[in-house]
Formats: sequence, structure tokens, C-alpha cells
Amino acid sequence: MNPFSSGTRLRDMIRSIRACKTAAEERAVIRKECAAIRAAISENDQDYRHRNLAKLMFIHMLGYPTHFGQMECLKSIASPGFPEKRIGYLALMLLLDERQEVLMLVTNSIKQDLNHTNQYIVGLALCALGNICSAEMARDLAPEVERLLQFRDPNIRKKAALCAIRIVKKVPDLAENFINPAASLLKEKHHGVLLTGVQLCTDLCKISDDALEYFRKKCTDGSVKLLRDLANSPYAPEYDISGIADPFLHIRLLKFLRVLGQGNVDASDSMNDILAQVATKTESNKNAGNAILYECVATIMSIEDSSGLRVLAINILGRFLSNRDNNIRYVALNMLMKAITVDSQAVQRHRTTILECVKDSDASIRKRALELVYLLINESNVKPLTKELIDYLEVSEPEFRGDLTAKICSIVERFSPDKIWYIDQMLKVLSEAGNYVKDDVWHALIVVITNASHLHGYTVRSLFRVVQTAGDQETLVRVGVWCIGEYGDMLVNNTGVLHIEEPLTVTESDAVDIVETAIKRHSADLTTRAMCLVALLKLSGRFPACSQRINDIVNQYKGSLVLELQQRAIEFSSVVDKHKNIRSTLVERMPVLDEDTFSGRRAGSVPAAVSTSKVAPLDLPNGGGKVIDAPLIDLLGFDVPEPTPDHDNHHNLINVNVSPTSSPPGPNHAHNDLLMDLLTIGTPPAQNSSSVPDILSPNQDKLSSINILDQLSSPAASVEGKIPPASSPMLDLMDGFGDSPSNPQDNGSAYPSITAFESSSLRVTFNFSKQPGNPQTTIIEANFENKTSNSYTDFIFQAAVPKFLQLHLDPASSNVLPSNGNGSISQRLRITNSQHGKKSLVMKMRIGYKMNNKEVLEEGQISKFPPGL
Amino acid sequence: MIRFILLQNRQGKTRLAKYYIPLEESEKHKVEYEVHRLVVNRDPKFTNFVEFRTHKVIYRRYAGLFFSLCVDITDNELAYLECIHLFVEILDHFFSNVCELDLVFNFHKVYLILDEFILAGELQETSKKAIIERMGELEKQE
Repeated sequence: MNPFSSGTRLRDMIRSIRACKTAAEERAVIRKECAAIRAAISENDQDYRHRNLAKLMFIHMLGYPTHFGQMECLKSIASPGFPEKRIGYLALMLLLDERQEVLMLVTNSIKQDLNHTNQYIVGLALCALGNICSAEMARDLAPEVERLLQFRDPNIRKKAALCAIRIVKKVPDLAENFINPAASLLKEKHHGVLLTGVQLCTDLCKISDDALEYFRKKCTDGSVKLLRDLANSPYAPEYDISGIADPFLHIRLLKFLRVLGQGNVDASDSMNDILAQVATKTESNKNAGNAILYECVATIMSIEDSSGLRVLAINILGRFLSNRDNNIRYVALNMLMKAITVDSQAVQRHRTTILECVKDSDASIRKRALELVYLLINESNVKPLTKELIDYLEVSEPEFRGDLTAKICSIVERFSPDKIWYIDQMLKVLSEAGNYVKDDVWHALIVVITNASHLHGYTVRSLFRVVQTAGDQETLVRVGVWCIGEYGDMLVNNTGVLHIEEPLTVTESDAVDIVETAIKRHSADLTTRAMCLVALLKLSGRFPACSQRINDIVNQYKGSLVLELQQRAIEFSSVVDKHKNIRSTLVERMPVLDEDTFSGRRAGSVPAAVSTSKVAPLDLPNGGGKVIDAPLIDLLGFDVPEPTPDHDNHHNLINVNVSPTSSPPGPNHAHNDLLMDLLTIGTPPAQNSSSVPDILSPNQDKLSSINILDQLSSPAASVEGKIPPASSPMLDLMDGFGDSPSNPQDNGSAYPSITAFESSSLRVTFNFSKQPGNPQTTIIEANFENKTSNSYTDFIFQAAVPKFLQLHLDPASSNVLPSNGNGSISQRLRITNSQHGKKSLVMKMRIGYKMNNKEVLEEGQISKFPPGL
Repeated sequence: MIRFILLQNRQGKTRLAKYYIPLEESEKHKVEYEVHRLVVNRDPKFTNFVEFRTHKVIYRRYAGLFFSLCVDITDNELAYLECIHLFVEILDHFFSNVCELDLVFNFHKVYLILDEFILAGELQETSKKAIIERMGELEKQE
């Protein structure tokens, strides 16, 4: 016998592990034990197999690897005795799960045990099957389980019923085999069998419509009777829980009735009486009773209309809601969310109580209540409810503020009766919890502000007030700084004062002060600082008297270590200093932003591509400068930790003719503006086919960033002739006047684009580019266009290539493809051709999508790649 | 359906872990750690329900032990609460006045009892008496 394995008993091992004072000691003990067990395994020691498996289970529970014991489980299961089998099955369920290949080996043992004469062994096998069986095992062993549903011993029948649930969940096709035997289980008297039988029937109904039909026809009355008998049954000590006979069976039956009654008037009618009885007669002072009432309410809410019962149910929920027990209030809130679709008036009556729950100290309750309040809000109650929520925002716990803020913002956006209210509420939220507000929310606020021209003065004055008191809220400061930059003159001149406003006297230098404080605040991030610089530039135009001071502030950032800020500072200060004559045009107010476009973008749909018509005249200055610093900026942009709002804002400021391909605004906005760029933060760039080359925005159409990099890596070759050295930014800005912008597209179109695939419903085009110095690798920009009038969802493109090619797919820009070519999806593919020059590219592709919820699959082979790839 | 059952002490040591859905070992440890953190510091007056990823955990504390069930979001929370209590009563009956050490040294027995109580993530038997008797019969077979 092995010298180790004679060692410790299970108890002793546990004791010595518990005695360990450090993790290292524990590891040492475990290592020793594992070594002993391994040795015993390799000697095929049968005397201690039982003990070793038990030890392994304990070791497994502590989190140590035990895979070497898996085969021991199988051996133990295969041995004839009950104790060995028992420990073997137990260890099997603990150490393995359905994904392990080893499990397949046990199928045969289980099959034999299911047919064993000893019913206890049958029970073991069923238990293991129910807990870990895989789809293959389910298929193999379903007939045995089906047979065991009629076994003489009820203990086996109930286990078989639960096994059957697992089997049909794994292999839904097998459901029909179990319909009849499941129905006969409902005629049993044994509670365990009934409980599991009802559960099996419920699950069968969810899987198979045939089963649902069958049970509805044959078992509705029987189930109603079962529930009635149970509800009226005399005291039965065995199943009694706080005065109620088997609440678990009650609940299973109510759930089954719910499935039967849903969508069927006759079935619903036949259960009305018993539901009314359960709803009125069940004791509600103990948890068990409440659990039944809760399930009963759920059933009443789901079955076909019976207004009397619903009143009863809503009343129960009302009682629950005022219960002192938090658990009961929680389930009430949960159920009221369902009730709201049935009878929203009744739920509205509990509004005040629900609102109180939003302020509960328990996060679970708060979360439920907030969801519910969100559903309760409509046009008529939005004002008082929003006020309550915003008031609560002030005192709420920090970890809840994120959720709360998001919900308030969403409510305000959805239901605002007018713009002034919207702006007021948003300013309140921003000043209370500005740090929790998501980017798209404050972007939306800016869009609304620009559209409310009569409120510009009012807004900027309100912002001026709140930024002074709540300057630590990042997003508030951003919105404030943006508005002060845009509407600073209105702030000082008191333009458009509304009668509700208190008079406010602001001097020009007060306005500059605000921005200066914001930019100097140590916690201000890059985006905020960059926005402050832009605001300062704008203010220098609005307040010529302050321009010297502004220039001083801007100058402080000339030495900023953040390139983005440094560049802005240098360029802006040149503008302020040396170009007073063009400054006023540069800093003109932003054009109004198109709300529809923006909300469309937020909703995820991509509006039509930018058309060429809105491109500003091409004869504006500094085309040459643009070419060189654009790649630089973009390159920097890639490295900037946060997306910066406007890499190219200085170009905009000096009116460069760049069409804002990254952000398609409404057609009437001729030139790019800062805000549209701001608004693109965090949203994937819209794919479009603008004919104007825009190397300023990264990841755009055909010219993807690769081209930009491309240029950067070999600027001398491509653009040197046109561009003066970039030593002085001023030179960059102003030199090259009259130079028309070079067309960087030249760099990207060495290979012609192809239509890779075209069917009646879909067109796929490929644009090619190469990285310099790496001729083997081709970058393909695939564009998908929908030719039908239905939009596609769940769009997925798959490609396969032969072995000499390596394919890498980047994520697609979207998985929704709007109809009629109103936008496209783009996806980048990188192909490395190991036989470059010998073999050309070839690819098989498959495209799957859903049209009107129907799945469509298109396949094709692409072999007409341009030569030389 | 019950996704998994955990029995942990206040320090976060797992005394029993039964999974009815397949999970990687590393994922199991993560789940155990997260569930423990979720439940251990909750005020006793709070609800016994916490949302956990896309499911919810119904837990109940007995002395220093936390019994946690992870169930579907649509399941009846109150019923599972009752279910935990019934399981504890069965353990209490079986070990006559159960304590944590009983569960440590007889961990395999606890699993066997659980297998008579819950199977495939569903309740199998609701009678305390029936389960205790069945355990007796099984012990006799050994």
C-alpha cells in the first residue's frame, strides 16, 4: 500500500487545514494531500477512493484545482456498491459540469444506473442527470427519464420530473414526448410529485405551443381543482408553513394557471373564482402568505381581463406598499410596474408613497421605485415629480446619483412642456450632479439652447449665476463656458430680459473672470480647458476692451504640456494679437444646430450623408497649412486620453472649407462649427460618402485614418512641395493663402474601388489602401448599402480567406442598415497576403441580417480584386 | 429557476456552492466574491433581495452564515426566502441544532441533503419530514 494514502482521514484533513494560520501553510497542507491522492489514483487504490473523493471535494471548495480527480469520479460511479456510487455522483456534480468532454464517458454508467434494480441508485443517477446533463446526454437518456416518470416510488417520479425539465430545456424538440406523462403527474396526491409535475407542465408550456394547447384543454379544470383543494385543505403538519398548507405548491399552481390563462379567455374565466378566493382568504401576516398573495396578484395581472379581480389585486399591492416590511414593499413596487400597463390610474394613486420609496435607505427599494416613477410620469405630473426628484438629488447618496441623474435627464427630455422649463431643470441637475451627467445629455442641452433664440440671454445669465455657486460640476462649467463664449454680449448688455428674471449686472471682466476661474481650476479636464480657450477667443471679439487681458490668459497656455492646449493657445493668441481685422468674423456666433438631426443621431440612426452643396467656398486661406497640421492634430488626437471636442476648431474659426463629415448637421449649415464637433464626442463617426476630402476628422470615409498616418510617415513625398515648414503656427495659418487644399484622396486611391458584391437587396463596395513599407497588408474599407425600402437590423458581415491570407476584421460602424441607401455601414478589414506578388486576394463572404424580423443570409465569393494586392 | 446556491460565512468563506448552470471555475470564484460583498454589509432592516448582474440574489442571514440563492428576475422573491428558511430548518433538524462547524465537517452531507431538496434548479420536496426520512434511508444503504 502507498505510504501516503494510509494517512489522514477526511476529518483530520479538514482539521489540519483549519489549523493553518497562513495561506502558505494551507497551500502546503493541500499540496501534501493532493500528492497523496494522486499517488493513490496512480496505484488505482480502491480502498481509499471514497475518502479521497471526499477530500477532493473539500479541496475543490477551497478553490484549488482538482481536475486530476475527474476520472476517479467515473470509476467510482462505475463500481457496483451504493456508497461508492453515491460519493462518485456527488463528486461528479461538484467537480465537473456539462461542458467537460469527460462527461460523455459517464453517459453509459448513468444509463445503466437508471435501469438499476435498486431504486436508490436510480435516484442517484437521476439527480446527477438533472443537475449537469448536456444536450447530448439529454438526447441519449430521455427515453429512460420518460419511463421513470411512471416509476412506482414517488421519490423517483419527482426526480424524473425535474430531470425532464432540464432535458427539454436542453433539447426543446423532446418536449412532445413528455406532454402525456407530465399531464398524468397532475393527478397524483403526493405533494413532491405534484410540485415537480406542475413545474414540468409549466416549463413544457413555455417551450412548446402544442403542450400549452394540450394542458389548457385537459388540465385547466384539474389544476383549478387542485388549487381549491389545497387552499381548503385542513391542517397538515407535514406541509404546514405558518398556518398555510404547502405555500410552495400554492405558488407553483398559481404560476401554472397564469401560463394557461394568459391570452385565453375561457381558461381565464374558469380560474376567476379560485383566484378571488386565494386573494381574499390568504393570511397576510406572515411571509408565506404574502408570497402566495404576490404570486396570485401576478396571475391576476397576466390573465385575460376581469376588472373585479384586478381591483382586488391592486388593493393587495396598495396594502403591500404601506407594509412596514421592506421585502413586501419591494415586491409591491416590482408588481406595480406590471400593473401600470393594466391600470395606470390605480397605480398613479400611490404616487406619493412610491416617491417616498425613491428616498428609501435601501438601494434595492430605491432602484425599483425609481424605475416605477419613471414609468408613472406623464405630461400632467411631470413638473411636480421632477421637482421632487431634483430636490432629492441634493441629499441622495453618491452611488445612487448616477442612476437618478440619468433618469431625471431622460424624464426632462421626454416630457418637457416648454424650453424654458427644460433649460431650468437641466441647469438644476447640472448644478447638483453635473459630474454624473453623460456627454450626450449636455450636448443635447446645448442644441436646445441654440435653438431657443429668445432664451439666449436668459440662459446665459442663469448659467452665469449657477456656475459661480457650483463651479465644481464639470459639465455645468462646460455648458456655462460655451454659452458665455457664444452669448457673452447678451450677458453684459442684459439683452432679452424676461419678466421672471432678477436684474443682474455683469461687467465684461466679470464674464472673463468666470472663464478664467474655470480654466484655472485644477480639476478641469482637457475638454473643459479647450472649451475655455475657445470661449476666451470668442469673448475677445465680443469685448474688445478685454482683449489684452484675454490674451494674457491665453498666453499662459502657450507652454502647456498638453499639445492640444498649447496649439490652441498659440494660434488663438495670434488671432487675438495680430488679426484684429478678421477676428470679428472668426468669432461670430454659431449657426443654430438642427435638433432633428441631433436627436436622430442620438437615437442611433444615421442621417443622410453630407452633401457637397453645403461645402463652403473653396478659395479660402491656408489650404497648405491645413494639410500638414491636420495629420499632426489627428495623430495627437488619437493619443489624447479623452476625446477632445474639436481637434480642428482653429480651422473652423478661420473658416476653413471643411465639410463636417464627422457630424452631419442640417443642410442649412454651410460651414463647420465647433459645436457640431462637440456633439460628435463619443458617438461613432457617421459613415458617409462626402465628396470633399476631410482629413481632419479621423476614421472618416474612404480616407480612413490610415491615409492620414500614411501621409505623416511620408510627408515629404506627398506634400512637401506645397507646405512651408511648420515652425511658426502663424505661418501655417496664414501662409499658403490662395493655395487650394491639396487633395489627399490621391494618396488613397492607388487601387480602384470595386463593387465586391451586389444583389437585389444589398451592395458591398471595397476601397483599398496600403500602408507604406508593408506591401503585403491591404486595408479594405468595406461599405454596405441597403437597396431595399426596409431597414436591416442585426447586420453581420463574415468573411473567410484561404490559408495564405490572414484576415483581421475590425468592428463594424453599426449593425443597423437604414433603408434605401440612407446611410451605410462600414467595416475595416486588414488582409495580409503571405504570397504577395504571386497570388492575388480571394475571399468568401457571408452577410446575415434581419429584415422585418426575418433572418436573411447572403453569400458570395469575391475574386475580382484589383491586381497587385 | 435557481442559478446557484451559496452558503458563506461573514468572512466570505464558501461553505457550500451548488451551481445549476455551467460556469468557469474562475467565474465561480468571482461570483462568490461578488455575492459575498453584496450581502455582507447590508443593514438587517433592508430587503433580502439584491440585484446581481441580470439576476437577483435572495439571501438570508443566520448567525454568521449567509444563505444566498441566485434566481431569475421574474421569480417570486418571497417564496425563495421561505425556501431558504425551510432548508435551514431541515439542516437544523438533521444535525440537531446546526452550527457552522457541522457544515464544515459534514459538507458532503449538506450537499446530499440539498440534492434531496432542490434538483435541476427547482424545488423537489417541501416536506421536512420526507427529506429527513429519505436521508435516513440513504444512510442505511451505505
